[in-house]
Amino acid sequence: MAEKLIVIGNGMAGCRAVEELLARAPGKYDVEIFGAEPQVNYNRIMLSPVLAGEKRFDEIIINGRDWYDDNAITLHAGVEITAIDLERRRVADAGGRLYPYDKLLIATGSKPLMIPIPGNTLEGVMPFRDIGDVEKMTAAAKTYRNAVVIGGGLLGLEAANGLRANGMEVAVIHLVDTLMERQLDEAAGFLLKRELEARGIKVLTGATTESILGEDRVSGVRLEDGRILDADLVVMAVGIRPNIALAGQAGLACNRGIMVDDHMRTSDPAVLSVGECVEHRGQTYGLVAPLWDMCKAAADSLAGLEGEGYGGSAISTKLKITGIDLFSAGNFAGNEHTEDIILRDAARGVYRRLVLHENRIAGIVMFGDVTDSAWFYQLLREGADVSSMREILIFGQSYAGGAQLDPMAAVAALPDSAEICGCNGVCKGTIVGAIQAKGLTTLEEVRAHTKASSSCGTCSGTVEQLMAHVLGEGFARNAVPPMCPCTDHGHDEVRRIIAAAKLKSIPQVMQELGWKTPGGCAKCRPALNFYLIAAWPGDYADDYQSRFINERVHANIQKDGTYSVVPRMWGGLTTPAELRAIADVAEKFSIPEVKMTGGQRIDLLGVKKEDLPAVWADLNAAGMVSGHAYAKGLRTVKTCVGTDWCRFGTQDSTGLGVKLEKLLWGSWTPHKVKLAVSGCPRNCAEATCKDFGVVCVDSGYELHFAGAAGMEVKKTEILCNVASEDEVLEYCAATVQLYREQGHYLERMYKWAARVGADAVRAAIAGDEAGRKALADRFLHSQKFAQVDPWAERASGGVDAHEFAPLGDVTYLEAAE
Amino acid sequence: MKKKNDWIDLAPLDAVPRRGARCVKAPGGRIAVFRTEDDRIFATEDKCPHAGGPLSQGIVHGASVTCPLHNWVIDLESGAVAGPDEGRARTVPVRVEDGRILMAAAPLSSAAE
Ligand code: SRM
Ligand SMILES: Cc1cc2nc3c(=O)[nH]c(=O)nc-3n(C[C@H](O)[C@H](O)[C@H](O)COP(=O)(O)OP(=O)(O)OC[C@H]3O[C@@H](n4cnc5c(N)ncnc54)[C@H](O)[C@@H]3O)c2cc1C
Ligand code: SF4
Ligand code: FES
Repeated sequence: MAEKLIVIGNGMAGCRAVEELLARAPGKYDVEIFGAEPQVNYNRIMLSPVLAGEKRFDEIIINGRDWYDDNAITLHAGVEITAIDLERRRVADAGGRLYPYDKLLIATGSKPLMIPIPGNTLEGVMPFRDIGDVEKMTAAAKTYRNAVVIGGGLLGLEAANGLRANGMEVAVIHLVDTLMERQLDEAAGFLLKRELEARGIKVLTGATTESILGEDRVSGVRLEDGRILDADLVVMAVGIRPNIALAGQAGLACNRGIMVDDHMRTSDPAVLSVGECVEHRGQTYGLVAPLWDMCKAAADSLAGLEGEGYGGSAISTKLKITGIDLFSAGNFAGNEHTEDIILRDAARGVYRRLVLHENRIAGIVMFGDVTDSAWFYQLLREGADVSSMREILIFGQSYAGGAQLDPMAAVAALPDSAEICGCNGVCKGTIVGAIQAKGLTTLEEVRAHTKASSSCGTCSGTVEQLMAHVLGEGFARNAVPPMCPCTDHGHDEVRRIIAAAKLKSIPQVMQELGWKTPGGCAKCRPALNFYLIAAWPGDYADDYQSRFINERVHANIQKDGTYSVVPRMWGGLTTPAELRAIADVAEKFSIPEVKMTGGQRIDLLGVKKEDLPAVWADLNAAGMVSGHAYAKGLRTVKTCVGTDWCRFGTQDSTGLGVKLEKLLWGSWTPHKVKLAVSGCPRNCAEATCKDFGVVCVDSGYELHFAGAAGMEVKKTEILCNVASEDEVLEYCAATVQLYREQGHYLERMYKWAARVGADAVRAAIAGDEAGRKALADRFLHSQKFAQVDPWAERASGGVDAHEFAPLGDVTYLEAAE
Repeated sequence: MKKKNDWIDLAPLDAVPRRGARCVKAPGGRIAVFRTEDDRIFATEDKCPHAGGPLSQGIVHGASVTCPLHNWVIDLESGAVAGPDEGRARTVPVRVEDGRILMAAAPLSSAAE
């Protein structure tokens, strides 16, 4: 029978140790995991991006329910173990229930330090350690304004950045003069401080907190020098202490942490321990990289394998604040035996310092540009003699490492032992081995099998280069493709960061996300303009210069530089008066062609640009508005005659079409949106090849989405059936809004639905009433600002008058000559 | 429209929007006058070297414009087409003085010949 293994701690180390064990000896143990947190195993280090709104919780789950199920692991989520009985080999939970074990693994992590000053138990004073804390902070940001973070280390700064992204006024109090003084020297600390201040975070260094003020809830923080800061939320991030209470009470040998040997064994032979709670050779750790090696050693012991054991770790640090690049490793303090090599580029805000000891790199500090960090770190870990390249070492691998300007060649040149993924401690040899042995071809597979790049993700590019190096031509990069050559970011990421960091202009987006070109290009600018409009209705000022000409002048450019004009005909209906006005306009402005479009309306083709405002004024006078035949927005709603005339009609398809068009007109969408409403399943309006289609039936309305009949002919997906016109309108508004929020610019609805999955769309619209209503509300809100006839604005000369008149006329020069 | 020596005083700088363009009617055909984000002014004939598209209607980014018809990118400084495509739009000298846009007269009239 399998032995019983109990794991206390469902965190990063506990679950990783189980993964390592399953890889070595599946079935050897019957595994039972206890976690005080109610969630499944998630990536704690990614709480910072979650707080900043750049990631969702579901994206940072490491092992979901299926992992526990597939491996027959019993998970007690939300159950705290309160006692260990070493003698009888069993543990007890708070309710007094007992669980026997053959082997016990303690992975209880650490506890955040709460400094013992008056007021530290007031409501609103909290640590930053788990997802519950993140939820508290984001909730507080909705009601409160001022946050104070005590502690200017990695955790404190990430908290400060995240709270700022949630719209709070944030001040950081740091005891010493340099931020992150354990990782940075003064120069880099100064650059970091400047960068944070530029983001609107107040930084008080050399400041000591005396007490926290407030009655029930915190209201302020008093410093020793008498200054008082307003605060509705205080986050303490001053350090952590190994969580050893349970082990200590049980009688296991503890010092600062639970004492373990190289095989992660505690003073009791049946009990092992890994993670932040242990002390190994006098060291405790507060970062993940060392845990991975500990977990391997523990898994070897549990599997009964003769492993080499754990020998301690070198550690490096990165700050996970989007847009701030920082790297630190080793000993950078320096002393009389060390020498420094420093590179500064004040204009670019770049600082690099290498500390050399006996011709070997002993410490690294980099700020602003961390491109060569992996290479420097590799040299540090290897203890490589760098005397031969000393002069140019600081410029990085491309210069010093032998003219390897080509990143592929650089990756090829790395030794198998080179660490590629710092978060998960995965080296090149492991990745190459997995690709070859398991025939991996996509980044996702490599992540799944090796964990490389599955945490903070900054090494994804290197992993891809490695894949390209191993697989050659056969490797199709499937990482998220960048929006355009001006950036490395993909559409989704850009959209999420716009929302999270509250970016409200194109220059701001380009600045924050490090655009590579000064003013973008004709691809990214219109996309960013749309994303900003969609994110900030009523708040963002449309940038006409970033719109394609058709949307800038609200007419379609033709091959000869003239324009076409298509007035709206609601649901395909028109009147004699409208037709008369169109005829008059065509004659008055000598418009060369009048044509019926495929969208049930009339196109006036070949209008001169200068005439556009006057043409629109005449059409406006007859009650007609822009048909947006040029827009990435609602185009037409085609209808058939329905119950009014047709002997088969089941509902008023024409009337419903008009209502839909009145609801949707003027909206901006990722690509164009076309609708149709047919009065019966004979489907004369061709509703089953539209972005959103309605087929009327006796019992109500059959709703369709994600069809098209252009470059690809795509039959619609069925959304659901509804009974009333009001529901049709709500479901349609919600579907269009979901597309507006998720679609990539220039991605037609059917392509978006294929990417996110038609089932996901159905679930969000038909399967989630509250979600659907919220989507429809957001759509209606944005329509308040969008439903302005662009023709009327321009016909009156009020908007963009410069577009329609020449800057000058120098044709007289010809005569003068 | 005054003629200062051989430079024609066209209009104030602000008559052309940043990252935008406007046209001047000239004897040899329309001239497009561009203004970049950093207030540099350029002028080319309003004709794309590809199929004659009106460059003045394109999106201006950096010191380039993307033609509205088929997305060729034209460098405003030289008129040259960027990337794999080939061709060159004729440029016309322009400068800014006291906040006004001046355009060289000579190439305009010679274009008519
Ligand atoms: C005028 C019209 C043709 C006509 O004379 O009937 C037309 C004209 C153009 N279509 Fe269309 N399409 C017209 C109905 C259609 C239809 C039929 C329909 O809407 O029922 C389709 C197929 C249905 C569909 O969209 O799925 C259609 C599929 C396209 C496509 C392919 C889209 C796709 O995703 O595959 C393009 C290209 C694009 O949008 O990128 C396109 C693009 C164009 C453009 C805008 C090409 C361009 O970029 O200049 C043409 C503009 C002419 C102009 O200046 O007015 N047109 N186009 C029709 C205007 C309808 C209206 O009243 O607004
Ligand atoms: C916001 C944040 C950002 C970070 N960023 C980085 C980073 O960029 N890089 C880096 O290397 N490290 C980072 N860290 C540190 C990293 O997350 C930790 O080193 C790592 O999570 C430690 O893993 P662990 O398994 O030892 O502890 P944990 O992940 O904390 O797991 C311990 C688990 O045990 C549970 N537990 C404790 N006692 C009991 C009990 N009696 N019964 C049942 N369950 C119990 C706890 O609830 C917890 O879920 C960050 C930490 C935080 C909080
Ligand atoms: S089918 Fe082609 S040629 Fe005809 S209008 Fe549409 S895009 Fe133009
Ligand atoms: S005419 Fe300019 S790209 Fe075709």
